[in-house]
Amino acid sequence: MSTVPLQPPRRLIEITVDGEEVRVPEGATVLDACAAAGKDVPTLCYGDTLTPKNACRVCVVEVEGSRTLAPACSRRAEPGMAVGTATERARHSRKVVLELLASSTDLSTTPRAAEWIAEYGARPERFGPDAASVAQPPKVDNDLYVRDYAKCILCYKCVDACGDQWQNTFAIAVAGRGFDATISTEHDAPLTDSACVYCGNCVEVCPTGALSFKTEFDMRAAGEWDESRQSRTTTICSYCGVGCNLTLHVQDNRIVKVGSPHDNPVTHGNLCIKGRFGYQHVQNVPRAEPTVLSSADLLDPAGPAWGPSSASSAGGAAPSDG
Amino acid sequence: MDLRFRDAEPSAEERAAVDALLGPPPTGWEGGPRTEEDLRFAAGGHAARDRRDLLLPALHAVNDRVGWISEGALDYVCRRLTVPPAEAYGVATFYSLFSLKPRPARVLHVCTDLACQARGAGAVRRTVEETLGPPGMSWQPSPCLGLCERAPAALALEAGDPPKTAVHGPLAPDLTEREEPPAEHAVPQAGQAGLVLLRRVGAVDPASLDDYRAQGGYAALRHAFRLGPAGVIREVLDSGLVGRGGAAFPTGRKWEAAARQPDHPHYLVCNADESEPGTFKDRVIMEGDPYALVEAMTIAAYATGCRTGYLYIRGEYPRAVRRMSHAVAVARSRGLLGDDILGRGFAFDIEIRRGAGAYICGEETAIFNSIEGYRGEPRSKPPFPVEKGLFGKPTVVNNVETLVNVPPILLGGAPAYAATGAGGSTGTKLFCVSGAVARPGVYEVPFGATLRELLDLAGGASGTLRAVLLGGAAGSFVRPDELDVPLTFEGTRAIGATLGSGVVLALDESVDLAGILLRIAEFFRDESCGQCVPCRVGTVRQEEALHRLNRRPAPIDAAADLALLREVGRAMRDASICGLGQTAWNAVESAVDRLGVFSSPSPSSSREASPS
Repeated sequence: MSTVPLQPPRRLIEITVDGEEVRVPEGATVLDACAAAGKDVPTLCYGDTLTPKNACRVCVVEVEGSRTLAPACSRRAEPGMAVGTATERARHSRKVVLELLASSTDLSTTPRAAEWIAEYGARPERFGPDAASVAQPPKVDNDLYVRDYAKCILCYKCVDACGDQWQNTFAIAVAGRGFDATISTEHDAPLTDSACVYCGNCVEVCPTGALSFKTEFDMRAAGEWDESRQSRTTTICSYCGVGCNLTLHVQDNRIVKVGSPHDNPVTHGNLCIKGRFGYQHVQNVPRAEPTVLSSADLLDPAGPAWGPSSASSAGGAAPSDG
Repeated sequence: MDLRFRDAEPSAEERAAVDALLGPPPTGWEGGPRTEEDLRFAAGGHAARDRRDLLLPALHAVNDRVGWISEGALDYVCRRLTVPPAEAYGVATFYSLFSLKPRPARVLHVCTDLACQARGAGAVRRTVEETLGPPGMSWQPSPCLGLCERAPAALALEAGDPPKTAVHGPLAPDLTEREEPPAEHAVPQAGQAGLVLLRRVGAVDPASLDDYRAQGGYAALRHAFRLGPAGVIREVLDSGLVGRGGAAFPTGRKWEAAARQPDHPHYLVCNADESEPGTFKDRVIMEGDPYALVEAMTIAAYATGCRTGYLYIRGEYPRAVRRMSHAVAVARSRGLLGDDILGRGFAFDIEIRRGAGAYICGEETAIFNSIEGYRGEPRSKPPFPVEKGLFGKPTVVNNVETLVNVPPILLGGAPAYAATGAGGSTGTKLFCVSGAVARPGVYEVPFGATLRELLDLAGGASGTLRAVLLGGAAGSFVRPDELDVPLTFEGTRAIGATLGSGVVLALDESVDLAGILLRIAEFFRDESCGQCVPCRVGTVRQEEALHRLNRRPAPIDAAADLALLREVGRAMRDASICGLGQTAWNAVESAVDRLGVFSSPSPSSSREASPS
């Protein structure tokens, strides 16, 4: 549940999307108009909490009278604009962009990538087995999150979230140029030597799974990650008085990942290290021999109340809005 | 912003280089010795951050003095300017003239680009390799150095205090330095009657303001003051002047739109990041007639209400930087720049910024990011520069050649200017003729002259002409039977070509065209900023496909690779953010379609198989 702050009324403007007239508030983007018209325009680098970077170009649409295609995510809707979302030109560019990305990057954990590749008839394998790619070993240099840049499409979202759009930490930036460009700390130093404060806001916005919780990374490696067995529970962080909403992803009664609702007016999807990663105390396995036991515990055949079989330890994580 | 640094310290030399630019550090917070007093306040906020635009000059200072930028030096620059180290690292690694690894003080940059390749750069490269060893340390291959009339060329950069530069053109087999010829050496027409833009090159002493004034200099600025800003814009509009950087946008309309913007301050940016392979006209103007550009920038600033102008010169033009710096300093000392120009109460000054090896910074919005101290990545438009440009303010950005057209327009009047040329292309145009011609150089001809006339002016093709590359790497090839095309924007468009920045590279039968195409593809792959997917990956796939097509024996599935090139090229043209990606396939496409490269030649079987 979140409150929507009231805003001054905005003038509505009319544009056509695939021949259909749509009215959107002034200042809305073409993507907003497409959504209003019920069109499913794919996006990768677009983030609902970030300024559009329009780097991936998978959302391009044809705007009548425009020499090139326009990125729907950042182009403002103008009165009388005629937008084509599924023209041959737009579909061609989207297909090639998907081919270029899928042939150079590991999209296996990118939501909907496989669906779009099928929908647009993209054939990434046509560039041959020797096609250059960004394949590289994942960077595991801390216990909280992993940077697997073989999956990075260079959408700039992590950099923007770390920098002046949210966290103002500036631990990472784009380094190098062209195909050799990467997301990097200064001198490619390990995160533990960098300015990183482990807020995990970069993980929150990563669209491809290049950045992931260490728990998720390890579980995927062990073949245990299974989203169909996960529940999501939104609760309030108990560390301080700010009142951030946490969404706990729970699999097999253990917290495996923590996010925050992007429409939450307190967090806008952002958290700090405590809210994001400080959940271990909830599910610590007890010591082999508890030091103080009541007589009731000793009599209980199910064992002490904080034992791993008890539901009370992760009780707050029961499925609710899942 | 809470800056965090590792333990790297700058050397005394690195510290001195930065302090020479920025002055000594005022407090311990900025890298000075720490004192008790530093603990009683914290530096920060806007005041500490608003010098971000000095990042590139500071990186240049270290790179010029030491030859490379160490971790300690980068950290020190960051402390001085309140820039996060990760961001500064991202900026430093973007520009190819900066090195973040140790390297010798003296590095020879050997041009391996189109015009030099057409004149034996391959052999030169082998000689250099024999003498200096493998590339990467004391020498490195370089994109076009803008010395095409003296191909094959090289540029030696030697770090020190002061840093030294030496231009080799043509590069001697023993790599010995020779004195650089004067700028007019690149202008075979120098001294001829009828020249407009080049009339003073060779005739005027580029170091002497008095000489410039004696030859008609600053008469146009006085006339501009009589006309008033609106009058100047009216003249430029009526003249029909369009931008000479490649996009051919009407200059008067740009000025009018900028002048009308209520937001202030307005900025003027002169784009002298001339990096299109085969282009060297702006260098010749800046080296041969530097005050003309100072005067033209002053007029543009007066018309559009700018108080500050930035002149962004590519880092590979050391002599142009020297001459322009001298001209700006002299003009300032003589009251032709500063708070009260010519006693008319108009205030304007010019700041010179050096590029650091990035073709993309010639893009009209990437140049803003570069001046502001960021990676030279283009911004998406709209908003256009006249609304939100440099530092987010209304900005006029013009090419050098465009600006130096303005004084002649004001002096001769718009009708006279518009009478020269043909159709919608008014005035004269500078063409950079290189490759297989007897007298390569910069030529000034009225719009409407044919390509044949231009080549004849340059002494004609030195062999059997195979093709002419018009407009540079982003341009297109023209066949020998198309030489009667009139050199106007409309005329070239009619045959599917472009004038671009005025490159005319003649290629004779001795040149390996497929090799030239490969070099073009390599150039775009190297120079793509990496921001958008179609260009970042598309330029790589284009190069890979050309490598396959170049393989001998010819690949069996050449048709598949050609189809692939076409599809990727179309997506680059349609979906890239900026002109680099949008034009990266132009030249290759024209070579395939117009010259028939890869269509039939080598294996005789494929010729039989083709329907023709």
